[in-house]
Amino acid sequence: MLELKQVSRHFGGVRAVDGLDLKIGDGQIFGLIGPNGSGKSTTVNLVTGLFPLTSGTILFRGQDLAGVPVHRRLGLGIARTFQNIRLFGHLSVWQNLWVAQNSPEDRERRGFVARWLGGSAGVRGEIGELLEFAGLAHKQDELAANLAFGEQRRLELARALATRPKLLLLDEPAAGMNVEEVGQLRERILSLRGRGATILLVEHVMELVMGVADRIAVLNFGQKIAEGTPAAIQADPLVRKAYLGGEAK
Amino acid sequence: MDFYYGLAQIIGVHTLLGLSAYIVLLTGQVSLAQAGFFAVGAYAAGMLTVLLGWPIVPALAAGGLLGAIVACAVGFPALRVRGLMLVIATLAFGEGVRLFFFNFDYQIARGGIKVGPLGGEGFRQIRYFPENGWTTLEVMLFIWVLVAAIMALLWWFDRSRYGAVLRAVGEDEVAAQSVGINLTAVKVSAMTIGGAIAGVGGGLYAHYTTHIEHTSFNILVATFAIAYPIVGGLASVFGTLAAVVFVQGFLIEGLRFLGDWRNLLFGALIVLAMNLRPHGLLDARALARVRRLFGAPRDA
Repeated sequence: MLELKQVSRHFGGVRAVDGLDLKIGDGQIFGLIGPNGSGKSTTVNLVTGLFPLTSGTILFRGQDLAGVPVHRRLGLGIARTFQNIRLFGHLSVWQNLWVAQNSPEDRERRGFVARWLGGSAGVRGEIGELLEFAGLAHKQDELAANLAFGEQRRLELARALATRPKLLLLDEPAAGMNVEEVGQLRERILSLRGRGATILLVEHVMELVMGVADRIAVLNFGQKIAEGTPAAIQADPLVRKAYLGGEAK
Repeated sequence: MDFYYGLAQIIGVHTLLGLSAYIVLLTGQVSLAQAGFFAVGAYAAGMLTVLLGWPIVPALAAGGLLGAIVACAVGFPALRVRGLMLVIATLAFGEGVRLFFFNFDYQIARGGIKVGPLGGEGFRQIRYFPENGWTTLEVMLFIWVLVAAIMALLWWFDRSRYGAVLRAVGEDEVAAQSVGINLTAVKVSAMTIGGAIAGVGGGLYAHYTTHIEHTSFNILVATFAIAYPIVGGLASVFGTLAAVVFVQGFLIEGLRFLGDWRNLLFGALIVLAMNLRPHGLLDARALARVRRLFGAPRDA
């Protein structure tokens, strides 16, 4: 699905991501972990195209993404959520999902005029399903800015899903959530896997990553220091050192 | 009575000017180019009726079309820059248009006199309405039919998905492109629609004043254009109308008895209005109250 080959991104002298190789298979939930500042969010921004690469190649379903602008990458099937939630605060919950309907399927099915100038009646049902999934059906007319923190996170996830992604990039979706909310998020991610989604999960909350990921890569100072199954990662001495600062035994 | 008809004409044309900036402002872009599109529409429509003898409606349509084409052409390079840089770029364009018309001569002899734009002298004798026997009332009604139609169209745009996308871009460009919105297409389309509205407004302006010159399209006009939607608020097109009525009807005409003190008060009252109603004269809450008053259901 997604392949990064020797991907680097330098900011001046800082090597935020340095020679990273990753390969995410179809239907996989791939965890990307690492200490603060290790290059996880930068990696997400490189895949979605917000930053250009310093060097290297990113292939999505075999296609080189170099020079493909951000909005076209979504058309190819790459959607994301943000670490610091970025909703359209002055639009309603419902409208936040409405404006995200930009997938090629939606373009084809609805046609130009109906998609842009049509009213809200035709798409109520589809968006209703997403709202159910996110547990926000009762808040659909609320302004997004007025939602509670956890609700905003759920809305952002629903907004990414409204674009019908093939690959979903979740940038620290559990940040700031309490234990109960993390549990619900876990259920949602697992149910997405049940529908065949491929997910790149960038996360700090270990319980979540270890519980849902098929495979995990660990970054430190922009470089991959380990990759493997959750169990293998937990046992890896280099990983323990990076996280705990302890001696590698 | 003609005084009030004349005032209604000014309010109508300035509403179009404000609406042309409103749709661009929805995408978060502050444009000082609207007076330029207004000038293009004014000269184009005036030349078509005076020099070529076109009827008013196709001349206005051509003015709007030309305004849209120019806005689209300006939009592509200008909208690559943001914030203060965009303000400067659009200001430069507006002044460029004004200076173009300052130097633009194209006169032909018609009925023994020379007609057409004459540089700094301006473009006189745009006499379509008086020649065809329209009264001030009829001109005023004609203007307001067009203003109402354009407002209705924009109101409908605003409620469509296109309107929601414009507002999404205005709020957060990074998030907007991350959900697949093509920023350039959205901003340039808003600029183009704004150019068309300003062009039609300019055409109407040229015909009801019968005399235009480069100073009719100076920086002050550009500032008014962007001030209307800001003072009125972006909750709906009616905010812009409210602001035009407030500024043109109350501040400029209503306070005329104050003489020279008016200009001082003018600025102070705008500051006061913005402080009392930071989200505009007609903000979302005021609109909700109006809607409840008419018993309309809350829209989603």
